[in-house]
Parts: sequence; C-alpha cells; structure tokens
Amino acid sequence: MSESPSFMSSPDARGHFGEFGGRFVPEALMPACLELEVAFRDAWSDDAFQLEYRTVLKEFGGRPTPVTPLPRLSDRLGLELYAKREDLAHTGSHKINNVVGQTLLTKRMGKTRVIAETGAGQHGVATATAAARFGLACTVYMGEVDTKRQVLNVFRMELLGATVIPVTSGSRTLKDAVNEAMREWVSCVSDTHYCLGSVMGPHPFPWMVRELQSIIGIEASAQLEEMGVGTPDLVVACVGGGSNAAGVFAGFANTSARLVGVEAAGGSAVGKGSPGVLHGMKSLLIQDEFGQIEEAHSISAGLDYPGIGPEHAFLATSGRAEYESIGDDEVLDALKLLSELEGIIPALETAHAVAWIMKEAGGAIPKGSKVLLNLSGRGDKDVAQVREILRGER
Amino acid sequence: MKLLEQQLRSLRSSGRKALVPYFVAGLTPDWTQHVEAAVLAGADAIEIGIPFSDPMIDGVVIQEGVLRSLEAGTTLDSICKDLSSLSTHVPLVAMTYYNIFFHYGLERAAGKLAASGITGAIVPDLTIEESREWHDACDADDIATIFIVAPSSTPDRVALLASGTEGFCYASARMAVTGRSADAVDAKRVIADARAISDVPVYVGIGIGTPEQARDASMVSDGVIVGTALVQLILDGGDVRAIEDFIGSFRLAIDTAPARSDFLSDAEE
Ligand SMILES: Cc1ncc(COP(=O)(O)O)c(C=O)c1O
Repeated sequence: MSESPSFMSSPDARGHFGEFGGRFVPEALMPACLELEVAFRDAWSDDAFQLEYRTVLKEFGGRPTPVTPLPRLSDRLGLELYAKREDLAHTGSHKINNVVGQTLLTKRMGKTRVIAETGAGQHGVATATAAARFGLACTVYMGEVDTKRQVLNVFRMELLGATVIPVTSGSRTLKDAVNEAMREWVSCVSDTHYCLGSVMGPHPFPWMVRELQSIIGIEASAQLEEMGVGTPDLVVACVGGGSNAAGVFAGFANTSARLVGVEAAGGSAVGKGSPGVLHGMKSLLIQDEFGQIEEAHSISAGLDYPGIGPEHAFLATSGRAEYESIGDDEVLDALKLLSELEGIIPALETAHAVAWIMKEAGGAIPKGSKVLLNLSGRGDKDVAQVREILRGER
Repeated sequence: MKLLEQQLRSLRSSGRKALVPYFVAGLTPDWTQHVEAAVLAGADAIEIGIPFSDPMIDGVVIQEGVLRSLEAGTTLDSICKDLSSLSTHVPLVAMTYYNIFFHYGLERAAGKLAASGITGAIVPDLTIEESREWHDACDADDIATIFIVAPSSTPDRVALLASGTEGFCYASARMAVTGRSADAVDAKRVIADARAISDVPVYVGIGIGTPEQARDASMVSDGVIVGTALVQLILDGGDVRAIEDFIGSFRLAIDTAPARSDFLSDAEE
C-alpha cells in the first residue's frame, strides 16, 4: 500500500483510472457514494480497522490461504505451476475478503442492512455469511436464470438468513441483478449499504474492492518468496468484473511478471468491447452499434457480465496486463484435468484461467515458465451443472 | 442563457405552472401523435425518453416501455427522424442515459438533438462532476443540460446542482426509482435549498402519478413531470383520446390549485 507503485496505485480524486472509472450514478446515490468514500479512506488508514479486518479474515475467513504447487499438471504442460488457494477460504472463494471488509465498514457507518447482487451466487453467499456473522439484515438480488443454474447457492443464502430476490428484468443475469440492486439502493440508502461484489460500479467501489482483495496478491508474493520461487513469470486469473484478478495482480503489478486476465468468450469486454458507461462507471463494455448493452453468455454465471472493472480497462489499454478469452467448450476439459491431476475441483469461473494455461503452454507461455494461477473458487457449486452437461454429451 | 431556460422562465412569468409529460419514444408507431395530443390537452413541454437497455433509475413500467420500444427497433436516429414530422411549438427535452450519447459521440449527439428541435437533455446517470465534456458539446448547439436534485442531496450538492442546471432544476419527489407514488413532501426541502441559490424554475418529478399529486406538487414548485402513469396508460393500449383526457385531468388539477401557499414555512416544519 505505502510504496506508491506506478501501477495499481490510487485512482484520481474522482475515481478515474486513466480515462476509465469515475462516477455515473443518479444524484440520489451520490451522497451515499461520497459518504462511502470518506468512510473507507478513514477506515483503511486506521490501524484498528486494518487489524480487525485481518483478524476476522484469519479467525473466520481461513486466511492466509496456501500457495500449492501443482506438480502433475506442471509435468503435463511443461510449466512450473502454483495455485493461490482462494478455494480454501471460507465460503469457497475469494469473495469473502471483500465482504468482510464491506460489512465491517457498514457497521462503522452505522448502517444496519446490506444488499448485494450475485451472479454465480458466491458473492451472495459470502455477503449472507458476513451479514450473519455481524448481525446485519441481508437481501440479495440474483438474475432468475442464475437462481435456476445455482439452486444450491440460493438455498445456502436462505439458510444463512438472507432474502433472495429473483430478478426478472432484461437478460435475467448478473447485469440485471446489478441494475435491480442499484434501484433498490436508491430507496433505502439511509440505512443500507450496497455491498458490491466486484471491482466495478461507481467510485469508490472499484478501488475499495481492489484494496480489500489485494490481500491475495500480497500474501501470494510473500509465500512464493518464502518457497524460494521468487517472482513468477506469469500471474493468471479469471475475470468477470475482475475482483480476484485485481486482488492477485495488486501483489505483482510492479514486478516483471506478465499479468493475464481470462474472460469468458461470451463476456469478453476487453476482446469485444468498446468504451462506454454502465453501472456507475466508464469502462469497456460489450454493446451494439447504438450503445445498447449486449447480453453476455457464459457457461459460468460469475463471468456472465458484459463489462469489466475500470482499472482492468486501464491496465488493458495501457498494456500492463493482457486479457484473453476462453470459450465454454474449453472450460470443462480444464475443470476435469485439474480435478484428475491435482485433486482440486475448481469453480467454472476459475476453470477459464486453467483452460487458458493449458491452451497456451508452450505457446504464449514459454515452456518452463513459472506460473501463478489464482484459484479463485472451488467447484462444489458447479458439480450439478457440470454433471448435467457431461451427461448430455454422452 | 439557453433558449430553453428563457422559454421556461417566461412561462413562469405568465403565471402558468408547467405540465411536462414523459413519453417513451418509439413505444408505438404513432408515438408522435401521442405527443401532439398531450400538447393539445395542455402540456407545456415534452420529455422524450430515448430507450436504453439498462434504465437504472426506472421502475418496472418504464422498463417495460423501453424494452418494447427497443424491440421495435428504436434508435436515436429513428427518433430524430420521427420528430421531423412533429408539428408542435412546445419545448422538447431528451431524457436518456449517458451511454447513448457517449457511444454516438457527444458533439454528434448534441448536433443531432438540436437538428430535431430538442433544446434540453436530462441524463440521470451523468453526475455534474462528470458532465464537463457533455456540457461543452451542448454549448455550440444551445442544448440545456438539466440536473436532478434528490431528497438525499445535501444542501451543498443542491447548491452545486441548482447553479449548474440549465432550463429548469428537476427535483425528485422521492427516494425511489420512477413509478412509485409520492407526495411532494420529500421535495420541499430541496426546492427550498434550490430557490435559496438560484431563481431557475424548479419542476417536481418521479412519483407524480395522479392529478392530486400533481396539484400538490405544483403548489410548491414551478411545474410537474408525469411519467410512469402515462406510460402505463399507453402500455395498456390508451389511444390519442385517452391521452388527451389524461393530460387534461392533470392540467385541470394544476390550474385549479389554490394559490401557492407559504411553502417555505412548510418546508421548515
Ligand atoms: C469462483 C469465482 N471466481 C471468479 C468470479 C468472478 O468475479 P471476479 O472477476 O470479480 O473475481 C466469481 C464470481 O462469481 C467466482 O465465484
């Protein structure tokens, strides 16, 4: 945080990363965004808050998560692979890092309720979990399509005491869940915090969520050092909104490591997108020739998003990070391979990053490279869906 | 001062409270006839809603209208083409989300609006902090940029917005998306704050769904904006006659409202 790196430092005073970011929200939400920014700046520079955040993540969240060498997959691909095990964090993904920070902040601001959007359900489950732990009321907005793809996560949230509201507008996926959560926030902003799940939305969210996720990269860099691996040649992460990628990149942005974000081909905002404004931010978005936002399509609900966080748009256009995409058909093989060779069933989202590594080993990734994979989540939530698809294939 | 504001100020000087209906452009093939009907029945200006796929501040009714219009193939260009056949003398104000203009090119969009007779724009997700480029693009074409103040706006922000807005200041009656009913009470404080800073006309919108609500809101402001209730009428198949009756009932309620009460003392309650 303190060594003021040239990449992934703070955005400008109005939340811009280069030409991206900023705040594009109805006036009704501006006071809440400004209040949140002040509260986060204050909390993040307060040692007591930092200590509480880290203590909760340790005692409740299961941090630090280990870095695991992947020897058999390394042999197969001719690489030296390591995985940062966010799948072992409480609730099964990196999402817990963000929500612990935001729920602590909610309490600090004196608010009593959180709302959240969710795609795969992981952020919703994490938010419901933290809300339960800290005694906050919780409502989660989830696209109707996703409530069907992720039935078990809906039930998990309900077990945790949250209310899940299926969103039936638009494409009924993550994009629409964000719209609905923003609409709801307008009418309850005085006692409710909107716990946004990725590095997107209006300032300060993209910056705040990256800061809360940067613990991934900070830990991993120290762990690789300790293991004698040193700086990896590549750091690879899947990208929906981009929070797990931003978190791991933050630990390596000012090293020689290549940073690679892997999007779903059907939601590839860097590959197919152009600059635009949605959900409070200026970023790269998939849109038609008239500026209407297009629907993303992906096998994984968590990557089914037509945009990308503004800092990633900046890292992409400035060339500091590369963004690739992987199609649905490549994902299942990757999920199976990691499961069979390493005993780790990854989330479908994470499997995109694995698939890109498999595809490019010996190509865009030179043989022998040291590669850090951010293993953003575990696949338990996806096994029913994967089973259906594999059955259909037979 | 931009043309729109000159016109709306002289309307106020004439003692008339403005009635501004909102239409989803392209919702039906004959939407411009709906606009003409509203003007005949007493509308003083028209909000032309340009559909956007992700209407963040709109409730289900306007979302439905926007979706139908998009499915019918409505674009900024098609709306401007339709407007060329419109014969009306009242000011036209565009209402849409920033990406529509940003994607079109700001200067090109402002030029296009101006060429179609539009003299103002309400862009609810364009914060005043991010509005410099749009504002610059509009100046050459004399398009007014209208800002919204909300019940949550602090006095500082109301001051900033009331001095930055052009044409009129849009006071949101409620902390809600469009389509939830409101009384004018939520808006009173921000209207008072805006008036303390600027003598720009102040109109109340968001949550005005009945003639009674319009009457009450008009008593504390210079005009009212009616959106969801009208869009609902059109979604339900309301024709030109129904629109005339609807607008006529709002006109009557506003015109027969008792003279403006000492609302400033009300606001201090
Ligand atoms: C395991 C996992 N990885 C990645 C993502 C994508 O989000 P982000 O790009 O913000 O990390 C999700 C979202 O649901 C997820 O559940």
